[in-house]
Amino acid sequence: MVGPMSETTDLLVVGAGPAGLAAAVTAADHGLRVMLVDAGPQPGGQYWRHPDERYPVADESAGHHGWKVLTKLRDRLRVHRGAGHIDYRPGTQVWFIEAPKTESSPWYVYTTASVEAQPDHVPTGSVRAMRIVLCPGGYDRQLPVPGWDLPGVMAAGGVQALLKGSRTLAGRRAVVAGTGPFLLPVAVGLAEAGAEVVAICEAGNLTGWAKNVTGAVQVPSKGVEGAEYAKALVKHRIPYKTSTAVTRIDGDGQVQSAVLTALDRRGRPRSGSERAVEVDLVAFGWGFTPSMELVQAVGAETRIGSDESLIAVVDDMQRSTASRVYIAGEATGVGGAMMAVAEGELAGLGAAGDNGSSIDGARVRKLRGIIRRSAAFAQAMHHAHPVPARWTDWLTEDTLVCRCEEVTYAQVCHARDDLSADEARSVKILARPGMGWCQGRVCGFACAKIAAANEDRDLSPDDLARMSKRSLATPVSLEDLADLTLE
Amino acid sequence: MPTAEPEPAPNTITFDGEPIPARPGQTVGAALTEAGIRSWRETRKNGRPRGLFCGIGVCYDCLLTINGQSNQRACLAPAEDGTSCESGSGEEGLRDGGTDE
Repeated sequence: MVGPMSETTDLLVVGAGPAGLAAAVTAADHGLRVMLVDAGPQPGGQYWRHPDERYPVADESAGHHGWKVLTKLRDRLRVHRGAGHIDYRPGTQVWFIEAPKTESSPWYVYTTASVEAQPDHVPTGSVRAMRIVLCPGGYDRQLPVPGWDLPGVMAAGGVQALLKGSRTLAGRRAVVAGTGPFLLPVAVGLAEAGAEVVAICEAGNLTGWAKNVTGAVQVPSKGVEGAEYAKALVKHRIPYKTSTAVTRIDGDGQVQSAVLTALDRRGRPRSGSERAVEVDLVAFGWGFTPSMELVQAVGAETRIGSDESLIAVVDDMQRSTASRVYIAGEATGVGGAMMAVAEGELAGLGAAGDNGSSIDGARVRKLRGIIRRSAAFAQAMHHAHPVPARWTDWLTEDTLVCRCEEVTYAQVCHARDDLSADEARSVKILARPGMGWCQGRVCGFACAKIAAANEDRDLSPDDLARMSKRSLATPVSLEDLADLTLE
Repeated sequence: MPTAEPEPAPNTITFDGEPIPARPGQTVGAALTEAGIRSWRETRKNGRPRGLFCGIGVCYDCLLTINGQSNQRACLAPAEDGTSCESGSGEEGLRDGGTDE
């Protein structure tokens, strides 16, 4: 199966964020011919999203951490591109991967443009690759809330993407809510750009940090970042409310107010504690969901991470259980950009070593140490910022769970309770959440939790895998399919 | 909406025929947001307004028609000078990647 654009490369890296950039330049350093495909228009991924490089601005790095790490990776990418070692394809997304026919034959990877509405968009194509490094990143995890489909309710990462990429404020008066340290830079970014941030609502009570202090102190730079945010919160007078959630959003055609509710020690909304605040923007993030469609497409083994996300199983060189496929970054466990960079470099070294290049053993050991310490920190963070145990208490019967197919909580419960759908796949088939445009990317976690809640059990990899397995990784047009030359 | 960095907006896009200013490098979703436009399609079932949600190409809430091409993500499409946008996602089903599993 070879399309007209087909070519064979030693290594295909998917994703040009922290992990993918590190993997690509490391492999190229070791003599591999690398192709780097990325859905974004320029390197950096979601973490280092920045203004369009074709129109330079003086403060390109505004609001960023570790910007020098990006500029170094970007410079190395430029050099390797100039020398013909890396074929970089921005604006390109992978929609299908076909396994090798034999132990020595290549993977077939099918690509299409991430934005089609431009005359010069990249054509549909296919790539043959002997090895693949998957660095698909992730996106904000969401929980349904009454009124969360009103315009003006956004993912926290989307609010930040508008700021970092387009220098656009998503609202004037905001509440930032959910759980996790990512709420801090989003709130501070909004305030520094001129918005009023009424509150950060952190659902966790943060006593978890004390219990996990050995994990937390293993990455000292995180303490420095925390202090910077604390200073910024004081400067902009942003209240940081722990054990608090936004439990309802109201408005006529768009957000006009949000209800803040205290949570008790078991994560239940405390009745009587509700307080409405006038806002035009609600930014939600409940940690992150790794993008797992390509990981599942290659058939790699998955497990449940410490934040209840579906993640890939990898060995100490980032090898997945799929032959000649390496995985790095959030898809192996949400741990932030610096851990992703280390994992990406290790994956690049792994691919280079397995390809016959000589690699530096001391460097491998050093990277493993960084990853081990970062993972300990991430695990402490995940335990301190859990999804509230009783988040479904704030749902009403008509709260949308699936935004695409407009499936309500009552409909999901009906499938579970009356039609005996005790796991996510049956719920999906019977009530149709996760069957729309986003294919369960947004509601998959919530659906899996609701389905498992009946039996009061923990999530299994199957629960999440069934909500995130997609036959095509991204919607493609019939024209794209027609363009393929099938052998 | 206010802008984080008030600057002249030398580009113009159109939204349902109306001119909307845009800065080079902005996305269509950003330009519409700055113009105070927060929704640009209605859902099939309940006719509910939809605009930007995930903002990074994952959720497909922000679909609209750009330069005649239906079902484009406003959060990803660049607001290049002269870009023509129409509310509504356009033809349903053309790009349906739907699957039962």
